[in-house]
Amino acid sequence: MTRPTDEPLLSVRNLKTEFVLDEGTVKAVDDVSFDVHPGEVVGIVGESGCGKSATIKSVLRIIEKPGRISSGSIIFQKPGEQPVDLVTLDQRGKHMRAIRGGDIALIPQEPMAAFSPVHTIGNQLIEAIRLHQKVSKQQARDIAIERLKDVSMPNPEQSLKNYSWELSGGLRQRAMIGMALSCRPSLLIADEPTTAIDVTTQAQVLDLLRKLRQQHNSAIIFITHDLGVIAQLADHVVVMYLGRVMESAPIDDIFHRPQHPYTQALLQSIPTLKTVNRSVLPTIDGSIPHPFTRPAGCPFFNRCKDAMPGTCDRHAPEAVNVSATQLVSCFKFQSDGSMERHK
Amino acid sequence: MLQYIIKRLLLLPLLLFIFTIIAFILIQAPPGDFLTSYIAELAASGSSMDRAQIDALRTLYGLDQPMVIQYFKWLGRLLTGDLGVSLDWQRPISELIGDRLTLTLLLGGGTFIFTWLIAIPIGILSATRKYSFFDYFFTVFNYIGVATPTFMTALVLMWISFKYYGINISGLFSAEYVDAPWSLARTLDLLKHLWLPIVILGMDGTARLARVMRANLLDELNKPYMEMARAKGMSEWRLVMKYPVRLALNPLVSTIGWYLPLIFSGSVIVATVMNLPTIGPMLLRALISQDMYLAGTIILIYMVLAVIGTLISDILLVWLDPRIRMEKTG
Ligand SMILES: Nc1ncnc2c1ncn2[C@@H]1O[C@H](COP(=O)(O)OP(=O)(O)OP(=O)(O)O)[C@@H](O)[C@H]1O
Ligand SMILES: [Mg+2]
Repeated sequence: MTRPTDEPLLSVRNLKTEFVLDEGTVKAVDDVSFDVHPGEVVGIVGESGCGKSATIKSVLRIIEKPGRISSGSIIFQKPGEQPVDLVTLDQRGKHMRAIRGGDIALIPQEPMAAFSPVHTIGNQLIEAIRLHQKVSKQQARDIAIERLKDVSMPNPEQSLKNYSWELSGGLRQRAMIGMALSCRPSLLIADEPTTAIDVTTQAQVLDLLRKLRQQHNSAIIFITHDLGVIAQLADHVVVMYLGRVMESAPIDDIFHRPQHPYTQALLQSIPTLKTVNRSVLPTIDGSIPHPFTRPAGCPFFNRCKDAMPGTCDRHAPEAVNVSATQLVSCFKFQSDGSMERHK
Repeated sequence: MLQYIIKRLLLLPLLLFIFTIIAFILIQAPPGDFLTSYIAELAASGSSMDRAQIDALRTLYGLDQPMVIQYFKWLGRLLTGDLGVSLDWQRPISELIGDRLTLTLLLGGGTFIFTWLIAIPIGILSATRKYSFFDYFFTVFNYIGVATPTFMTALVLMWISFKYYGINISGLFSAEYVDAPWSLARTLDLLKHLWLPIVILGMDGTARLARVMRANLLDELNKPYMEMARAKGMSEWRLVMKYPVRLALNPLVSTIGWYLPLIFSGSVIVATVMNLPTIGPMLLRALISQDMYLAGTIILIYMVLAVIGTLISDILLVWLDPRIRMEKTG
């Protein structure tokens, strides 16, 4: 699928987010850039701790102390409206709050913990609706029921009266998605929405997201560490490693023409039909460096099979366009000619 | 819910019966009886009674009968609403404790309200502004509050006000109102005196409650539902009050009931030091002089309050927390 050429809905540029701790500073997001176009599904993949959540929390401006966005811009532009740089807005101010939950909504990783256990689902849904729409309680309730129907919640009226812990994992996540959709956001951010539920339910939730996307044409940022899930849903993939974007490309390129050694290694470590008779899947050697002791240069250097000593461990590679839509951050592709070696 | 409460209420009479037995045993536990201590007191002041007089009094008060009989006589009178006569004061007990009961409740209730009104906001602000000057200030303040015995605070304040301002701040009434009948002027005079013991008695509780509230709230503040509420676009203040504060208050509110008997027993020393006409000092005196019916009545009231308090606590807990509601009533 080719990338839509219209204006991006969200344009993240050189975003840096850090957590300043007593032990040192964690650069959770380090110079991340990517675009999300209207109606597009962008998948962010990467191992645990690589900064996926920190990236989207920065977009939502819900990074709390000791974290902060240290530089970069996050341009959000609703079709037909003025673009705003979310980084310049007051995190707790009215404008940002109107965008949060109204235009950009979050589907969290653990729906169980994301609902308050002592308030009903209805209470929390209606609240979300009334935060952004001037409607009466009764009207909000009707909208809430509507949204729960949208996400195929069996018996929506009853579930409004339920507490989150009375629902099954799948239904809970449905209710969450219903809540995220309550104000018809133009961008939906799903942070590993299927990790806490079983495989069958997972498939249902993915189906639901696919359906919703077709119906309402909302853009989705989908975070996961599961490339299999990405393959089912995403149009464009951003591969992250230790706070940095390694590769960013349309789904086809990622799966068929991966360029970055990390993407390649990642793909080899998932089972496919071709590898199914092999008993051992290749794993990526070594482990992710600790955030406080991250190496200078390319963060993947110490595990990379193509690492070039003297270059990769000294300097950080720039992102390079290997095609119109595919960006790779690796010295193999820097304009100094080292690309030949790869070909 | 209603069924649960009724079930609990049905247990009450049985509990009360057991309590009367315990109260009676407690009172009778020390060796001797009212007359032995009365005689000792007389002897100490230089006078004495002869054998015949003592025996006459013993028969009069029923002290010559076996313990079990004494107990059932007492119980029988209690059931008809007659609390009996204080041996020591020679006045009906109901008359004796009526006024003191009111004042004790007033003082206890006032202290309770004071404690919550001050402690909860301090707890909330300390937790939401963790490690700020405000937080540190109240951390120190709270440690001092917990560490200083209340009677000491009372003594120091009384001494300061007497030494520097020449004001005697003991008691709950000015001299002219102590024995006066209730009137508007007397009530106003009471209010004028009441706030100081309330502050003194409330210090310790306020400090404790603020610390517990701070700790509870800190636990809640980094729960995922906070992030979700922020992501919904709620304003920070509103979401803090609606979700984490509510969840942090739950366990505290459910302890309100336990406070009821404490209102009575917690303040004996301060009440004695400050010469407050409350129940505590009266119980102390009744126990020392082995004034069994008076002591028994007061202890019984304590126990009833404890039961009612626990009941209130349980009902509040069930009412506040749907998870427990399901478990207990579902
Ligand atoms: N509140 C915080 N305080 C300190 N460090 C944090 C905080 N939140 C995240 N980090 C650090 O930032 C880095 C990125 O974390 P993040 O949660 O974004 O990872 P992730 O990619 O979402 O991982 P996962 O797949 O496990 O959710 C990690 O090193 C983490 O330790
Ligand atoms: Mg995460």
